Amino acid sequence: MLQVRIHGRGGQGVVTAAEMLSIAAFEEGRHAQAFPSFGSERTGAPVVAFCRIDDQPIQIREPILAPDVLIIQDATLLHQVDVFQGLKLDGYVLINSRHPFDELGLEDIAERFCRERFITLSATEIALRHLGRPLPNAVLLGGFAALTGLVGLDGVAHAIEHKFGGEIARRNIAAATEAYEAVADATRSGASVAGASQEATE
Amino acid sequence: MTQPIKFYQTGTFTVGNRLLPPEQRSVQSSIARDNSLNSGHRACQGCGEALGARYAVDAAMRATHGRLIAANATGCLEVFSTPYPESSWQLPWLHSLFGNAAAVGSGIAAALRVKAHKAGQEQSDIRVIAQGGDGGTTDIGFGCLSGMFERNDDVLYICYDNEGYMNTGVQRSSATPPAARTATTMPMGPEPGAEFGKGKNVPLIAMAHEIPYVATATVADLRDLEAKVEKAMSLHGSRYLHVFVPCPLGWGSASCDTIKLARLARETGLFPVFEAENGQVTDVTTIRRRVPVEEYLRPQKRFAHLFGDPGRPDLIARIQAGADRNIERFGLLGSQTSEAS
Amino acid sequence: MKKQIEGSRAVAESVALCRPDVICAYPISPQTHIVEGLGELVKSGELSPCEFLNVESEFAAMSVAIGSSATGGRTYTATASQGLLFMVEAVYNASGLGLPIVMTVANRAIGAPINIWNDHSDSMSQRDCGWIQLFAESNQEALDLHIQAFRLAEEMSMPVMVCMDGFILTHAYEQVDMPDQAQVDAFLPPYEPRQVLDPDDPVSIGAMVGPEAFMEVRYLAHAKQLMALARIPEIAAEFEQIFGRNAGGLVRPHRVEDAETIVVALGSVIGTLQEVVDTMRDQGEKIGLLSIRAFRPFPLAEVRAALGGAKRVVVLEKSFSVGLGGVVSTDVRLALSGIQLHGYTVVAGLGGRAITQDSLLRVLGEAIEDKLEALTFLDLDWDIVNRHLAREAETRRSGPIAENLLRDLGVVGAKVY
Repeated sequence: MLQVRIHGRGGQGVVTAAEMLSIAAFEEGRHAQAFPSFGSERTGAPVVAFCRIDDQPIQIREPILAPDVLIIQDATLLHQVDVFQGLKLDGYVLINSRHPFDELGLEDIAERFCRERFITLSATEIALRHLGRPLPNAVLLGGFAALTGLVGLDGVAHAIEHKFGGEIARRNIAAATEAYEAVADATRSGASVAGASQEATE
Repeated sequence: MTQPIKFYQTGTFTVGNRLLPPEQRSVQSSIARDNSLNSGHRACQGCGEALGARYAVDAAMRATHGRLIAANATGCLEVFSTPYPESSWQLPWLHSLFGNAAAVGSGIAAALRVKAHKAGQEQSDIRVIAQGGDGGTTDIGFGCLSGMFERNDDVLYICYDNEGYMNTGVQRSSATPPAARTATTMPMGPEPGAEFGKGKNVPLIAMAHEIPYVATATVADLRDLEAKVEKAMSLHGSRYLHVFVPCPLGWGSASCDTIKLARLARETGLFPVFEAENGQVTDVTTIRRRVPVEEYLRPQKRFAHLFGDPGRPDLIARIQAGADRNIERFGLLGSQTSEAS
Repeated sequence: MKKQIEGSRAVAESVALCRPDVICAYPISPQTHIVEGLGELVKSGELSPCEFLNVESEFAAMSVAIGSSATGGRTYTATASQGLLFMVEAVYNASGLGLPIVMTVANRAIGAPINIWNDHSDSMSQRDCGWIQLFAESNQEALDLHIQAFRLAEEMSMPVMVCMDGFILTHAYEQVDMPDQAQVDAFLPPYEPRQVLDPDDPVSIGAMVGPEAFMEVRYLAHAKQLMALARIPEIAAEFEQIFGRNAGGLVRPHRVEDAETIVVALGSVIGTLQEVVDTMRDQGEKIGLLSIRAFRPFPLAEVRAALGGAKRVVVLEKSFSVGLGGVVSTDVRLALSGIQLHGYTVVAGLGGRAITQDSLLRVLGEAIEDKLEALTFLDLDWDIVNRHLAREAETRRSGPIAENLLRDLGVVGAKVY
């Protein structure tokens, strides 16, 4: 079973991201369960959503305490909330940030895990370019597909289409595809930030 | 040369309506009347509500050719009309709870709509009335009433207002008039009886919802009551009828005074009789012979503490001021323009 | 057809397949997505003819349902928690009148303190009102139970409550197999009322009944629920024939045959419990699980049959009776009258507190060693509790309890629950 935990803030589409991930897995013929750490609607508050993927029907219902993958949609959470709690030692971490991973002040934490599986992706920047809005959730799923190989880009694209439809879906798919390619490049080349344009890195 | 002869309807049936064309005659004068609220019910002698309900429901039955369903709130009407194992209702009738008659009516209307659509009809030929006393309408049923109005559900709501929770032993409701004695507004202390400055005017609130039709009526003008019911049933959407019904037991009045008291309530100006459509007053029943409120208050023991030695002439004056305000506001004397329209 | 959708959406679609005539509901978390989904289906014309009423309160919702059902309309509503309480007078009225309304209760805790997360206090508070209560383990079962519920309600002339865990099920995306209209039509015939408001055949419904007949009327409600004990499994069997899967019924035992310890629970926690029980079985423990799917009528005989051979029974419930202890465990105890065994009540998950495999393994391990208290509150923070009791002993004006505890906990948002 694959367990993915997504962190972000209310209004960033964290819950939708988990749902789309579950749809992507479903499209690929697997079982998936997605649910939020439920809260009243409140923009800006820390939000967590979960997605489990398995080849067998999933029956457990507890929150994901030992994730295989972490997606952090908002880097401001990094030093505020213990997002790494329970992460598997060989877990993947995808952080939405234009800064390289080394500049995030997380070296101590990363040392305990597989450092090469931690990557940042400038998802907000990619989203702004394709969508005109800072909504990185679908973008990050493209990155996730490339980073982990646990879901295909096709599946992600189908899920986006299913959720949004029309022009919005088309643009999100384009953004996710760019993210996918950026992360694939970065992992190949060993870079720790994907998708950031030259000017953006400070 | 023929000349139309006007015959004035009196408050009794001595003439039996025979001098009027059939369609203008009282529903009750017809041998073909439905007797929807059949005899044998357990209402008190002189009950204004029983009188009002009999007239109102039969008028609605005539207007709908007997295609009518009634929802009834808990209260005197419900209790005296259905003493287990009997029922005096001759139409389909549902009693649910105290505060939900309006919502139940909405539900009945919704189901009828769907049934009609399933039968390929635009709308159902079966109509709905919801009825209750003042307690079940102005207080505990207020939320549901407003909801029904707001959705403009196709229901005629009839409130029989005897100004208190009578079935439970005469407690105060938001329809209880100032200074009236009830079990929870006793005639003692500096402000004996119900306090001034409280209460609500549900007909005006109904008008504020801008529903198709709002009207008030009394059991002194029974033909007027029937006509208003028939008018209401000729319309669709939410309609509200507020009927003034004296309660001999609760008011401490003689059972033979019920109709007289209703007439006095109108003639003093204490109970304005009017019609409104879509939030605007369209017609007002003017006072034929204005009467000081004392004449209305005296025959009721619930106001006995206002009289005697020394009595409370100051409170009577305040009641009179209230009547004067109504007359002004609704133009009940006919000559002035009213504020309410 | 297999779909990956939200639990609420699954319920909305399955209710729509049942061809309801009138839907009336008032929004309350976590039921909102169900009624929004149905509203959309009505507005688009996909579900037609159907009247969708936006009512002004839950009390109005159940009241509208009463009027509609009494007029012969197949009627549906949904609520949770505070909403269920707000309509209680009408809830009793509906069952007292024998109206086959189907209602989803998206189980949620009852305040104060206000809490929008899952537990069973709401439907448990209505266990005596005369409604049939069915509990869903999963979103698939939730959608299946609604189809069975209309059939059961209309046959028995009594209302049915389908309970599904708020957020945990309502807001979870899972794979479900959505039936098609033909299957549902084959299973669920048009509504034939036992009593109906009909000008062609007038009846008075809702008369006052005095001491001379009230006991008999109430007994008949009980008798009908006892008849439902037989019908519920039969309907589940018929459902399986048409839809090809097991859903509903009275109880579902899992590995109880030779079990020395059996855990009893309702709703979505069964999934996690089943995983834990299987893990413990792998470790050699003789442990089993009993899922109660119909809570009212309570299947005394089936529960006794499943549990009677065990040494110990652990009832894990998301409810409790203040001042006494378990709610479900009290009913289970009744089923086990006269049988000697150890009974443990574990109150868990109140107000949405997560029930984890680790905690379950630990508490069941303690039960097996008979080291458990008779009544346990799983994962209770005794430190905070004791701190507050000390605070109250010290000062009269100790302030609101909830605020005090939250302050002691620090920043709640930092925890991953």
